[in-house]
Amino acid sequence: MTRPLRQTIGAHYGWKDWLVQRVTAVVMILYTLGMLGVALYNGGFDYALWQALFANGAFRIATLLFGLAVLWHAWIGMRDIWMDYIKPTALRLALEVATFVVLVAYAAWLAQILWGTRQT
Amino acid sequence: MSVSDPPAIKRRPVYLNLVRIRLPLPGIVSILHRISGAALFLFAIPVVLFAMQASVESEDGFASLKSMLANPLCKLILIGLLWAYLHHFFAGIRYLLIDLHVGDDLAPARQSSVAVLGASLILTLIIAVRLW
Repeated sequence: MTRPLRQTIGAHYGWKDWLVQRVTAVVMILYTLGMLGVALYNGGFDYALWQALFANGAFRIATLLFGLAVLWHAWIGMRDIWMDYIKPTALRLALEVATFVVLVAYAAWLAQILWGTRQT
Repeated sequence: MSVSDPPAIKRRPVYLNLVRIRLPLPGIVSILHRISGAALFLFAIPVVLFAMQASVESEDGFASLKSMLANPLCKLILIGLLWAYLHHFFAGIRYLLIDLHVGDDLAPARQSSVAVLGASLILTLIIAVRLW
C-alpha cells in the first residue's frame, strides 16, 4: 500500500495552521485566566507560593502546555509576517529558519526551567 | 494587443501611501494585533523565560527580580509589553468570536474594535498606575 505524500505546497496546509492558531489561543486564554485566578486568590505571588507552584507537577505540565502553545502560535504568526513582507526568497527562508531555531531553543529552555536541577 | 496598449488591469491606480491610507477601526485593531504579536515574540518570550528562570532558581533571584522592577526603564518596558499582551489577548478573543459569527456585522465589529482598543489601554493604564 502506498501512502500519499504529505502535501507541502498549495492551498491545503493553510486550514491546519488556521485551526492550530485558534486552538493554541484557547489554551493560552485558559492558562492566563488560571494564573490570574491564582494571583487574585492569593493576593499576588510571594516566593513561597512561587516555589510551591513550581513544585506542583500539574502546574509544570500546564505551564509546559502553555509554553508550547505560545511557541507554536508564535511560529505561525511570525512565518505569516515573513511571508507577507519579505519578498527575497533566500532572506525569507533565513528568517523563517532563524525563527524556528529560536523557538525550539525557547522550548528547551522552558523544559530546563521546569524540570532542571535547581539550587534550594 | 499592441505594446502601447497595455491591458486595463495594469492601469489600475496603486494607492499604497501608508501615511495617506485611513484605516477603519477594525483595521487599526488588526495591524496592532500583528505589531503586538511581533513584539511579544521578539521581547516578551525571552523576558518571561529569563524572569521565570531567575525567580524559580533561588530566593535571591526572586528578590533581585523584584528590585529590578523598581527601575523606571524596566517598568516602562514591562508596561509596553503588558499592553502588547493585553491588546493581543483581547483582539484575539474578538477574532475567535468573529470566527463563530458573533458580532461579524459592520456595526458590532466597529463597536468591538473600540472595546478591544479601550479595554487594553485602560487595563494597561490601571496596572501602570498601580506599578508606579
